[in-house]
This record gives sequence, structure tokens and C-alpha cells, in this order.
Amino acid sequence: MELICKTTGRALLAEMRGELDHHNAAHVREELESRFAAAGMRNLIFDLSGLRFMDSSGLGILIGRYKTVTALGGQVRIAAPSEQADKLLRLAGIHKIIPMYENLQDAMTGL
Amino acid sequence: MENKVKIILDARSVNEGFARVAAAAFAAALDPTVEELADIKTAVSEAVTNAIIHGYEGKSGRVCMEMTANGNLLTVSVTDRGRGIADIKQAMCPLYTSKPHLERSGMGFTVMESFMDSLAVSSRPGEGTRVVMTKRIHG
Repeated sequence: MELICKTTGRALLAEMRGELDHHNAAHVREELESRFAAAGMRNLIFDLSGLRFMDSSGLGILIGRYKTVTALGGQVRIAAPSEQADKLLRLAGIHKIIPMYENLQDAMTGL
Repeated sequence: MENKVKIILDARSVNEGFARVAAAAFAAALDPTVEELADIKTAVSEAVTNAIIHGYEGKSGRVCMEMTANGNLLTVSVTDRGRGIADIKQAMCPLYTSKPHLERSGMGFTVMESFMDSLAVSSRPGEGTRVVMTKRIHG
């Protein structure tokens, strides 16, 4: 699992690559929290285009960051989930609270 | 003809990835679609993760994964000898988690139930938990 963070406009862009499961969830959570705080951005965009697999541990990560970011008045968006991730996100109803976009360009629009 | 595999895993998170890849490799003989394979991997990942997190709670132990292919029917069982579940009905409720501090989503059993055709959970406090899932592969 690889996490690449960069700032774009008023958002931190978190690109996830590989497989997100319980084994690496704690590390990803800590990295995201620390990178988001250090970046001083208001919003967070998850780029899932390189994420080959995620299970409900990944849902926990996304929901946790949604709570953190929205508590600070920011927005969270999800870009380019795979079919597997998309199915999981919709099953959990994540798409009802975090806007999901087919590609990164659309997710970045307006932020 | 029936085919069976039994794998014993140390209850360590690093083995979660191995378990789902092993399940996918076993199921591949049934010629599943990409979506069916992804469903199996996701459900197995949830079951093995549950055994490690909730069954053993970080303590050492073994997780037994057995897979059977019979015709186009795949059966996967995941068994631990951990602490067990006192209230299975509550544990299977969507969004219920006994470990909110770990940012668990509480969706593990819901995912297993939704991505497979059937799910049966049996458990005894202090003795362990067994999860049996089936999926008919249409290919």
C-alpha cells in the first residue's frame, strides 16, 4: 500500500495505490492525519484510481477522515474508485455522505 | 468432482492478503467473472480480519481456512479458537462494531452476506467462531 499526498488548490490530494486492508489501515490513518494537519488545507480528495483492493477497513479510514475534515468545515471527495471499491462504498452508503466522481479532474472541480 | 484445500494461518494481519489471494487462486478453477472473484476476495478478507481482530484481539493464535469446490459451488469456512461472540445477532447488525476506537466500520458481516450467496456464523464465548460462506459461480 502506497500513499502519495500533494496539495492542489485548497485540497490535500491523497492518492492510494495497492491494497487497503486492516494490515495497513493504522499506518494509512496516521499518515493521512499527519499530512492533512501539516498541509493546512481545508479539503481532502481521495484518488482511488490506483487502489486495486479495499475491504471494510478502508471504509473505516474514509469515514474517519470524513468526520475529521467536516468537523473543521471542509469537504471530502472520492475520485475514480475501482468497480470493487465502488461496490463496497455503495453497499456501505458512503456515496450518500461523500461525493464520488468517476475521475480526478471532476473531483477537483470547485475545490 | 469435489476439490478441497485447508490452510492454517498465524493470526497476523500480514496474512490477510495471503488469505484472499489464496481464495482467489482456488476459486479461479471455477472460472469466475472478475466481479465474482472480487466478491470472494473481499468476503474472505473480512472473515479473516474478523478472526484476527475480534477472535484473538492481537494475541497469537491460528486461523483455519477451508475451501471446497463442488460443481460450480464454492464454500469457504474461516475458523478461529479465539474469544468467541456472545451475541451473534448484534455482531451481524450493519455498522455495529465492538471496537469503534480502531475506526472499524462495522460492515464486515454485511459485506460477507452481500458479496456471497450465503453466510452462517456459529460461535461460543471462550471457544471461538466459525464462519461458513457459499457462492455459486456463474462465470
